[in-house]
Amino acid sequence: MTTEVIHDSHQGDEHHDHKMTGFKRWLYTTNHKDIGSMYLWFSFIMLLIGGAMAMVIRAELFQPGLQIIEPDFFNQMTTVHGLIMVFGAIMPAFTGLANWMLPMMIGAPDMALPRLNNWSFWILPFAFSILLASFFMESGAPNFGWTFYAPLSTTYSNGSTAFFVFAVHIMGISSIMGAINIVVTIMNMRAPGMTYMKMPLFVWTFFITGYLLIAVMPVLAGTVTMVLTDTYFGTTFFDAAGGGDPVMFQHIFWFFGHPEVYIMILPAFGIISTTIPTFSRKQLFGYSSMVYATASIAFLSFIVWAHHMFTTGMPLFGELFFMYCTMLISVPTGVKVFNWAATMWRGAISFETPMLFSVAFVVLFTIGGFSGLMLALTPVDFQYHDTYFVVAHFHYVLVTGALFSIYAGVYYWLPKWTGYMYSDALSKWHFWCSLISVNILFFPMHFLGLAGMPRRIPDYALQFADFNKWVSIGGFAFGLSQLIFLALLLKCIKGGKKAEAKPWDGADGLEWTVASPAPYHTFEVPPKIK
Amino acid sequence: MDNAPGKNKQKQAINNTIKKLVVLVFAMFGFGFALVPLYDVFCDITGLNGKTSTEAASVKDAGVDSERTVTVQFISRTAQGIPWQFEPMINEVKVHPGEMKFVKFYAKNQSMRDIVGQAVPSVSPGRAANYFQKIECFCFNHQPLKANEEVEMALQFYVDEELPEDVSTLTLSYTLYDVTEKSDS
Repeated sequence: MTTEVIHDSHQGDEHHDHKMTGFKRWLYTTNHKDIGSMYLWFSFIMLLIGGAMAMVIRAELFQPGLQIIEPDFFNQMTTVHGLIMVFGAIMPAFTGLANWMLPMMIGAPDMALPRLNNWSFWILPFAFSILLASFFMESGAPNFGWTFYAPLSTTYSNGSTAFFVFAVHIMGISSIMGAINIVVTIMNMRAPGMTYMKMPLFVWTFFITGYLLIAVMPVLAGTVTMVLTDTYFGTTFFDAAGGGDPVMFQHIFWFFGHPEVYIMILPAFGIISTTIPTFSRKQLFGYSSMVYATASIAFLSFIVWAHHMFTTGMPLFGELFFMYCTMLISVPTGVKVFNWAATMWRGAISFETPMLFSVAFVVLFTIGGFSGLMLALTPVDFQYHDTYFVVAHFHYVLVTGALFSIYAGVYYWLPKWTGYMYSDALSKWHFWCSLISVNILFFPMHFLGLAGMPRRIPDYALQFADFNKWVSIGGFAFGLSQLIFLALLLKCIKGGKKAEAKPWDGADGLEWTVASPAPYHTFEVPPKIK
Repeated sequence: MDNAPGKNKQKQAINNTIKKLVVLVFAMFGFGFALVPLYDVFCDITGLNGKTSTEAASVKDAGVDSERTVTVQFISRTAQGIPWQFEPMINEVKVHPGEMKFVKFYAKNQSMRDIVGQAVPSVSPGRAANYFQKIECFCFNHQPLKANEEVEMALQFYVDEELPEDVSTLTLSYTLYDVTEKSDS
C-alpha cells in the first residue's frame, strides 16, 4: 500500500485548540487519542486490581489447607478477578487501542461519534466502582463465579446480585456504544481509496469484533436482567419450581459467552498481524485468507456454545454437533498461525520487544489452542471439566494470548503515543520475566487438572501441594513483573530518546506518516490511498 | 471543509449506519428473551431435557400392546428447604404400552407451618419424555399442606405405544419445591 499524505501546514498541537487543563480536559474530551489513553490507563489499573486478587488466590493455594482467607472470600476473589480481567482489563485495553489507532490507520480525523466515545469511557469507572463497592457490604461481593450460573446467583445469592447486575449492565452499555462507534467509523470514515480489502488487518479484526459485540452484549444484558428479576421480582426463568430451567441459563449465558471469547482474541490477531510483518520486514502472508479466517471464526463462534456444557446431560447428537463445530474452529485459527509463520519465513527478522511478545504470543497461544482442542473432545471433557486443566487453557489464551498481544501493541505504538523511545533494557526485562514466570504459573496447571484438581476450590488434596507451590511462585513473579512495565511506562511518558515518525524501519501504515508524538489532530484532510 | 456536500453525505451515511446498528442491538436484546420460549419449544419438539407436558393428556383408546412390557420407576426428592416427606407409594410398575396405570405418592408436611409445594416431573431417558402421558397428576397443581397435614396424591398415566423400541425402562423423577411465597393461596 502506497500512501501520499497531504499535511496541512498548520497541523500540530496548537491547531485551533481550546484545550482545557487538568481534570476537566479528561472529563470533557472528545479526542480519540485522549479517550484511547484513558481506556488504556483504566485497563492497566484494572489489571493491577484483578491481579492483586489473583495474588490473594495464589497465596491461599500456596499450601494445602485453609491459611489466609475464608472459603466464601475465596469465592468472591475468583469471581471478581474473572469479571475485572474480562470486562475491566482485556476489553477496555482493546477499545483503547482501537480508539488510538483506528482513526489514524484509516486516515480519519477522529472516531465518528466523539461524544458517545467520551460517554462510553466515563461510565466504566462507575460500573467497576459499583462492582468493587460490593466488597464493603456485609455479605460481601459476588461469589458465584464470573459465569454467575443460576441458581448460585439467584436462589443462593449472598445479596450482591443487584450490584453485580447493574455493574454488568453499565459495562455492557459501554461496550455496545464503543462497538457501534468502531463499526460506524470503519464503515464511513475511511480515507478515499481505502477499500475494505485494503484496510490493515488490525482494522478488519476490530470491525468484526465490533459486530460480535453488538450481537452478543445485548444477550448478556438480557441474561443478567433475567437473573435480576428471578432474584428480586419473583420470576422463574431459571427456577424449575415455576416452570423455568437452570440449564437454560447456561445455554443463554454461553450463547453470549462463547462469542465473548473471540471478542477477546480477534483484536489480538489484528495486533499480531501488524507487528509480525513489521519486524520480519515482509508483507503479511495471505492477507485475504486472514480476513476470511477472522470472519469464519466469528461466524463459528455462534454455534459452539454448548461445548462449555458437555456434562449437563445433553443428548448424544448435541454433544457430537458441538464437538465437531468446535473442532472446525481450529481450521481458520490454524490458517492464521501458519500465515504468521509464513510471514516470518525467510524474513529479515529482528527481535525488538513488540516482536518478542508477538512470537511468544504465537507459540503460547497455540499451546492454549491445543488444550482447547483437547477440551473440545466430548469424552475426555468429562474428565477435564471444571478442573485446573480448563484454568490452564483459558489463561494460556487470555494471558499469553490476549494480554501478550496487548503488550506487543503497546510496545509497538508507544513511541507514536509519547514521542519517546522506551527503555529497551526495561522492556526486555519485562518480557523475559513475564515469559518465564507466566509459564511457571500456568503450565503446571495442566498437570494439576489432569490429575483431578477441581477449580474454584480454596483447598486441595496433599498430592497437589508441590505443583501448587510452583504455580504460586510463578504467579507472584508474574505479578511483580508487571510493575516493571509500570516503571517503563512512567519513564517513557516523562522523556527519553526522541522517537522518529517511523521508529520501526519495516513498519507500514498511515499511522507512521504522522509525527511522533502524534499531533492532537491528525488527518483533518484525508490522505489519498493509491 | 472544502467539500461541504461530501461532509454532509458522510454525515448521512454515518446516521444510517447508526440506525441499523441500534436496531440490531435492540433486536439482539429481544432475541435473548426470545431464547426462553424457543428453548421450551425446542425441548417440547425433541423431548430433550426430560420435560414432560404440563397439561393433561386425553384418554386414548388405541388398544394395548400386550406383547411389550415397560418398567416405569418412580423416584422423588425434595428441594433444599422444604420440610416435607415426599415419596412414591410404589417404587416401580410394569406396564404394557397403551395401558392405563394409577399410582399414588405420599406427602407429609413435617413442619409447624403451612407450606405450598410444587412437584416438577422429569423423565429419563429424555427422549422418552414425550411418550409418557399423564392423564391426571398432582404436578399439574400447587399442593397446599397445612402444618403436619399428610396427603396421598394421585398420578394416572399411560406409556404411548410409539415409545422407541430400545427403551425398556423409564424413570419418572419428581422434585418438590417450596412455592409458598410465590403462591397466592
